[in-house]
Amino acid sequence: MQLRTFPCKSVGRMLLFAALALLNIACASIEPWVQPYERDNLADPIMATNRNPVATSYTHHAYQAREGARGAEGGAGGGCGCN
Amino acid sequence: MQYFSTLKQARSLITLMLSLSLLCITGVHAADKSSAVMAADFTLASKAHGNLRLQEQIGSVVLINFWASWCGPCRQELPLLEEIQQQYADLGFTIFAINVDKDSSKADVLLNDIPVSFPVLFDPDSKVSELYQVKAMPTTVIVDRDGKVRFAHLGYKNGDTDKYQHIIKTLLRE
Amino acid sequence: MAVTRFSLLGCGMALTWLMQSHAAVLPQERADAMYHSYSGGGVSIDGPSILLRKQIGNSVSVSANYYVDTISGASIDVLATASPYAEKRTEHTVGLDYVRNKTLMNVSYTSSDENDFNATTYSLGVSQDFFGDLTTLSLGYSKGSDEVGKRGDESFSEQAERHNYRLGLTQVISKNFIVGLSLENIADQGYLNNPYRAVRFLEPESERGFRYETEAYPNTRTSNAAALTANYYLPYRASIYAEARLFSDTWGIEADTYKVGYIHTFGDDWIVELRARHYSQSKADFYQDLYQRSEEFNFRARDKEMSTFSNLSLGFSVSYELRFSASAWLKKSSINLDFDHVAFDYQDFRNVLADAPVGDEPFYAFSANITRLYLSVFY
Repeated sequence: MQLRTFPCKSVGRMLLFAALALLNIACASIEPWVQPYERDNLADPIMATNRNPVATSYTHHAYQAREGARGAEGGAGGGCGCN
Repeated sequence: MQYFSTLKQARSLITLMLSLSLLCITGVHAADKSSAVMAADFTLASKAHGNLRLQEQIGSVVLINFWASWCGPCRQELPLLEEIQQQYADLGFTIFAINVDKDSSKADVLLNDIPVSFPVLFDPDSKVSELYQVKAMPTTVIVDRDGKVRFAHLGYKNGDTDKYQHIIKTLLRE
Repeated sequence: MAVTRFSLLGCGMALTWLMQSHAAVLPQERADAMYHSYSGGGVSIDGPSILLRKQIGNSVSVSANYYVDTISGASIDVLATASPYAEKRTEHTVGLDYVRNKTLMNVSYTSSDENDFNATTYSLGVSQDFFGDLTTLSLGYSKGSDEVGKRGDESFSEQAERHNYRLGLTQVISKNFIVGLSLENIADQGYLNNPYRAVRFLEPESERGFRYETEAYPNTRTSNAAALTANYYLPYRASIYAEARLFSDTWGIEADTYKVGYIHTFGDDWIVELRARHYSQSKADFYQDLYQRSEEFNFRARDKEMSTFSNLSLGFSVSYELRFSASAWLKKSSINLDFDHVAFDYQDFRNVLADAPVGDEPFYAFSANITRLYLSVFY
């Protein structure tokens, strides 16, 4: 497989690509400081930001309908980290 | 800006990248015997079988499964592991289900409902989890009759136990 | 056909991500049946909310929600200009979640209907786990369209459109501590006021000393909200959480919200939560309780939501869990009660129902009770 030779001005872009790919691989190898088998407290439902979605979305709606502010109400992530 | 002058070259690169990635993610084949490493030895207390040591199992195929009471996929996997144990126990096979709960009594939350005949070992201080560099919950490692690691699988999804059965059958025949 | 550098970059990133392939999990399967009630300020709104969620295969989860608001009584805005009424609003939502390795994607459609207002919203979201699942990045986009009507005016029909852009980041700090950052930008355009709300202006000759005319809002609004949350697990089975949210928009409204809560467990079956929430906002640029004359400014608002006010809520929740066999079809069920008492205090919205000289009426204040009673089952 033959690649064409690159003119000088695309070197910058190539370096950016290389840096991003390296960052990606490096990031993939950062050792997590909380191991998957240490996540029992984080997996506990009392740590969930959205333990009862039906009640939470109703509560947000009740306030939002009477207040001027809106947005940034959700929460995500955390928990079990299984699979 | 063009890298490739023909569609054919582009397709070859994409095929190469896809096949490389496939090699990384498929694990349905047992690792080659000659390049396999010895499974790290450990001794842990078990629920009903006293202290158990991995090295004493040499001669049998061992499926090591790291699980916890708080892990949803682990809960789904446990009864299926019992089925595998029932099927292959007489052929020189055992499962070591290592429970990683900090509070070992939590294991009973599941075990009271899902009776298992294979040994359940307790690793509350995570010593064996660290030794095996457990990177996901659950993690399954299959060790052959010579004590070498031949298969490793992270996580659990419906259908994974079929993969384990395939590997176990291969290793039992060796 | 050329392969651009960006698709190469994409392939490269996909490859490295594939190499560390293990996955995220779908939301838990469950069904919830809730009775909700809001009561205060002369208004009573209650109704059911039913949620069903089912996983299909390994990668897909579908959900559906049915929600009804039955409104009776009238808020001060309505009492000032009209008379009490009864109304019903129905909302349907369907959603689909898809998981592939460490990526979780979801789409949903919501439709809300009442006799004078219909709204539909389409949402998309994607979230990705990084760094050994310690970091989760999520992106979301929603598009909403409203059709605004007016009871008693068949010819009245207006439209509004809304775009929401969300960015979320959650980070596990330690075995016991998780923090989150949430940003949301919302851009609306079209008919953005409530057709029943009116502004008042001085008119000494009139019976009350003032008269009403309809509000006039700008036809665009852009807002930004940023929230920081923290959850901490205590040495015994309990947790505390805190949240701070800052808001500002192109209408001049600046608001902040602070929440704290404590969750305590008794044995394996009881979960109790105590919480407090404080909200305060400054008025919209074009808000005024009393104008000097008709159409004094191009934009006029007297909706109390646009005024300067604050509110404080104190609430509690109690849950009782019933755990069944882990291998049975029904694994767990819980009965829950959530209750909040909220007190609103307005600083530049006056109570026109009070007997006082025009422009000197006392500032309005009211309190309300928000109740949620629900049964959840997990299968």
